[in-house]
Amino acid sequence: MRLEPIANPSLARSTLPPVLAIVATVVVASLLAMLAGANPFAVLGLILKGAAGSQFAVLETLNRATPLIFTGLAVAVAFRARLWNIGAEAQLYAGALMTVVLGTGVLSWPAAALLPTLVLVSMLAGAVVLLIPALLKVRFGVDEVVTTLLFNFIFLLFISLLLEGPLKDPMGMGWPKSERLIAEARLPRIIEGLRLHWGFALALIAAGLVWLVERRTTLGYEMRAVGLNREAARFAGIPVNAVLIKTALLSGGLAALAGFSEVAGVKGSLTLDLSPGFGYTGIIVAMLALLNPLGVIAAALFVAGIFVGADSMSRAVGVPTYLADIMLATALLLMVLAILLTRFRVVRG
Amino acid sequence: MDIFDILLSASFWAAAIRIASPLIFATLGELICERAGVLNLGIEGIMVAGAFAGWMAVYSGLGLWPGVAVAMVVGMGFGAVHSLLTVPFGLSQHVVGLGVTLLATSSTYYAYRLALPEVTSPPKIMAFKPWEIPLLSDIPLIGPALFSQTPLTYLAFILVGVVSLVLYRTPLGLALRAAGENPAAVAAQGLSVTGLRMGAVIVGSGLMAVGGAFLTMSAFDSFFFEMVNGRGWICIALVVFGAWKPGKALLGAVLFAAFDALQIRVQQTPLGADIPYQIFLMTPYVLSILALIVMSRRAEVPAALMVAFNKGER
Amino acid sequence: MTGADTAQVVLRLDRITKRFGALTANDAVSLDLRRGEVVALLGENGAGKTTLMNILFGQYTADEGQVMVMGRALPPGNPRAALEAGVGMVHQHFTLADNLTVLDNVTLGTEPLWRWRSDTAAARAKIAKLSADFHLAVDPDARVGSLTVGERQRVEILKALYREARILILDEPTAVLTPQETDDLFATLREAVAKGLSIVFISHKLHEVMDIAHRVVILHHGKVVAEMATTDTDRHALAAAMVGSEVSAPRVAPGTPGAPLLQLHAVTTPDQGSAPGLKSVTLSLRAGQITGLAGVSGNGQAALADLIAGLSVPASGRLDLGEADLAQWSPRAAVEHGIARIPEDRHKTGTIADFSLTENAILESYHKPPMSRAGWMNWPRAEAETQAIIKGYDIRCPGPDTRIRLLSGGNMQKLILGRVLEANPCIILANQPVRGLDIGAVNYVHEQLLKARDRGAAVLLISEDLDEIMALSDVIHVMSEGRLSPEFARGSMTPAELGVWMAGHGFDEGLAHAS
Repeated sequence: MRLEPIANPSLARSTLPPVLAIVATVVVASLLAMLAGANPFAVLGLILKGAAGSQFAVLETLNRATPLIFTGLAVAVAFRARLWNIGAEAQLYAGALMTVVLGTGVLSWPAAALLPTLVLVSMLAGAVVLLIPALLKVRFGVDEVVTTLLFNFIFLLFISLLLEGPLKDPMGMGWPKSERLIAEARLPRIIEGLRLHWGFALALIAAGLVWLVERRTTLGYEMRAVGLNREAARFAGIPVNAVLIKTALLSGGLAALAGFSEVAGVKGSLTLDLSPGFGYTGIIVAMLALLNPLGVIAAALFVAGIFVGADSMSRAVGVPTYLADIMLATALLLMVLAILLTRFRVVRG
Repeated sequence: MDIFDILLSASFWAAAIRIASPLIFATLGELICERAGVLNLGIEGIMVAGAFAGWMAVYSGLGLWPGVAVAMVVGMGFGAVHSLLTVPFGLSQHVVGLGVTLLATSSTYYAYRLALPEVTSPPKIMAFKPWEIPLLSDIPLIGPALFSQTPLTYLAFILVGVVSLVLYRTPLGLALRAAGENPAAVAAQGLSVTGLRMGAVIVGSGLMAVGGAFLTMSAFDSFFFEMVNGRGWICIALVVFGAWKPGKALLGAVLFAAFDALQIRVQQTPLGADIPYQIFLMTPYVLSILALIVMSRRAEVPAALMVAFNKGER
Repeated sequence: MTGADTAQVVLRLDRITKRFGALTANDAVSLDLRRGEVVALLGENGAGKTTLMNILFGQYTADEGQVMVMGRALPPGNPRAALEAGVGMVHQHFTLADNLTVLDNVTLGTEPLWRWRSDTAAARAKIAKLSADFHLAVDPDARVGSLTVGERQRVEILKALYREARILILDEPTAVLTPQETDDLFATLREAVAKGLSIVFISHKLHEVMDIAHRVVILHHGKVVAEMATTDTDRHALAAAMVGSEVSAPRVAPGTPGAPLLQLHAVTTPDQGSAPGLKSVTLSLRAGQITGLAGVSGNGQAALADLIAGLSVPASGRLDLGEADLAQWSPRAAVEHGIARIPEDRHKTGTIADFSLTENAILESYHKPPMSRAGWMNWPRAEAETQAIIKGYDIRCPGPDTRIRLLSGGNMQKLILGRVLEANPCIILANQPVRGLDIGAVNYVHEQLLKARDRGAAVLLISEDLDEIMALSDVIHVMSEGRLSPEFARGSMTPAELGVWMAGHGFDEGLAHAS
């Protein structure tokens, strides 16, 4: 079997494989639902309803999509430069940590000054967390996949240590949780009365800015060049190491915003269960979006919808929520295959 | 008890060997994949799947060894998915690996919830019991450590020898090593690179799953979430630390396990009482990163690792 | 030698046709090979020679036609079947695993994979005998990664002989050899023929073809256009048949040398694994002159090219560009100082395959006006400049937005040329600039280099092809194991004499540059 590039793919060739990937995912989900003894159509219907079937559902999906847009952007930016940032989870918590350190009363500024400060400091913390594995890669050639992964475990333990120690809320009845943010550190709602906070708007703005950077700035050009062919980029004079470091700073900062947004917009304090794996899910979002920043928004909404819908469906008919994760893993694997098949044909010998 | 007392106690070394066992299986598995040129990031998920599959088989009435076989087959299945996407189709080994980890983990949890919907505490099975080897197990210190382990541990050590033998003394091992170094050389000699690489990933994944099964069938006797807890990733670091050689990988696994066993025990010493337990729990991961930095010279990396092979590429 | 006409036909290619999309690489090619014969397959780059041999060896499957070995049809697409039928191939790019020993590489795949133990004793004995019989001296326990190019080729040939090949295919074997090593190779081949083997020899070097082959088959655009015995023809007729018309090599007028623009003073750089670094090299590139660097690849050319391209700095000695101070040396600094770099590998280093032509064209200039300002890209301007290059250099492509991976090698090279020559550079580093190009593109590139020289640029031409060096250069140096020979004026040295230097002997006789 051999792969041959297709010079001018037809419209069918460009659209059919991804569509089939989605269809196959739905089929897999249906089979698994039947295995759980449920009616597949009912299950799929409930997922859709739970994701977008009511104002409450839609808002819930948008809220759940917010951190996913941030981590999706973080991963997309890094992967674009072939920097395998699997540590978005730790960077997210770094952002959450700084939000809580500075936002629980240390700085008593008005919101207009405090919120941007928290944004900046969070981004800095996330950038520093990814900087360490990035430097190890650039200096020592240590593969960043494993170092960023291991960092997730280390950082989470670090957070646990702080939450049981210096950051512990004395009024928290013994639970490891931080103090609550002051009012000025909370992200306000976009529309009064609706449960959607400004984090969502911030995420959309971030996506737009990342798109602008990638398409219109020299840094974006450099990141793409380094990602596609590091050796040719180096030969041409592009400062590869500097580009990788800048990419790491940007990626880490974006992931940290997810932490900031969750703490300042939703939870109001820091606990160990702040993130049910947003950092890892961001990888799926980025891949489904084909690393395109604007695509990340759509992919994040899709993924959030599946999770929110699955939660609601599970409460209704009892099919385990892990169905959502299986669907996403299947979608991811099939989608990368489908994308390949839009550009290459399979030929014998 | 202070550190020296710990280091001289038989129970410490027995624990170290026991903790090393799942790491040995999984590291050997990853080593086989990488030697043939494929990075298998599905290792974490495959260990979870193996842990559950083996345990579930026994819980459903099968014997212990058939249960291990079931775990291995499940691992091989995920290995087949991984290798199909990464070898003939040449898709990104990073993305496919992470996808397989997610798929394996989530299908495991789904299956667990379906099989045991109403349990609050995980049910137990009759796990492997230690086989004391007569005479040898009476040697002070080494006896309980090396010769009073469960059969799966003995299997792990035997496997190190077997993998070494196959890799360095058989035509198959030669072909595998060549596939990871220069697949064109393999193809030019009439062998199938695709077949070799897929075979390596499938077999390696089977071993990873057995490593996971060790946790539920030998170390402990029940399955719970977050059981593997990053051991798979640590094994990837151990492969690098062992310079892609089975013997050195074994050494790395045992050293690492010793540190892990040590930190558990040090927590109970007067020194340990002052240090937050999280610091101790961090040590395995920090050590792995240090191991990677130390071995970063990487002169012995298989040259074709992560490079897809396109037959007759123009 | 038995009369070629009456000897048995050992190999027959019968109307082989192979298409890749719209391109017909082989068009009803038929070829006979008789026992004890050396047939040369001649043609320019892209004529279909390697594709044909890949079909023979089973790495491709023909769309039409058949391969018959010893009268039996060969199952297509099956390298194992070809090997078992007695076909052995020495590839142009060696298929060896560097981390394994010679013994390992030779025995790879020769024993069934289910065998429990490898029989190394028997293998060793067999290799020793073959080494002696065919003049292929090599140490079976040496790690292939540490061998020289000539030694590696011997391993490649041993691989085929070990498998008892009766038909030996060699794909451009002399591209990487010194003239002396070529003589050794030909001695081996004559020995093989005397023992009853038959050989297909792919080359584009006419004098070698005349030397070793009994018959020549000429491919042009995928078709067989001529077939003749070497006793009945000469190099000019061969060249004419290859290109389909009378070939006239461009008349190269000598250049008028000016001031030195780039100088190396006793520069030494460290070795990189098996690739030697520079050993106290002193070199002067003068304006208006083409300096040719001859030598087999792997003798320090990469180190020299990297240094001039800005990718490395001297460990000792000095790089002198006529400016007072060279503060920081880097690829960008090299470009700033007016050095145009044409890299050895246009796919790996020269272009980014999935970037458009525009994005490739601005690789060296994107960071300054007019391509960008304060970090903001000016894409319309970049596209306009690329359009100008496309027109000026006659690049065949759908448009500046096309991904460069879809272009032919020649057009890619033209973009690289355009990109670096537009800035009117004063120094040009041309590293294997015509490797893998068809004759039209080769002539174009040579013309551009000569034009640049006549405008006053200093050109350093690094090439494995001694013919190219001798045709174009005003002065020639030879590189061997990181050492640079003295400068030889145009026309003052024969290929054989240069070959002595390429093999390193000239240095030993104390004629080397003073350090």
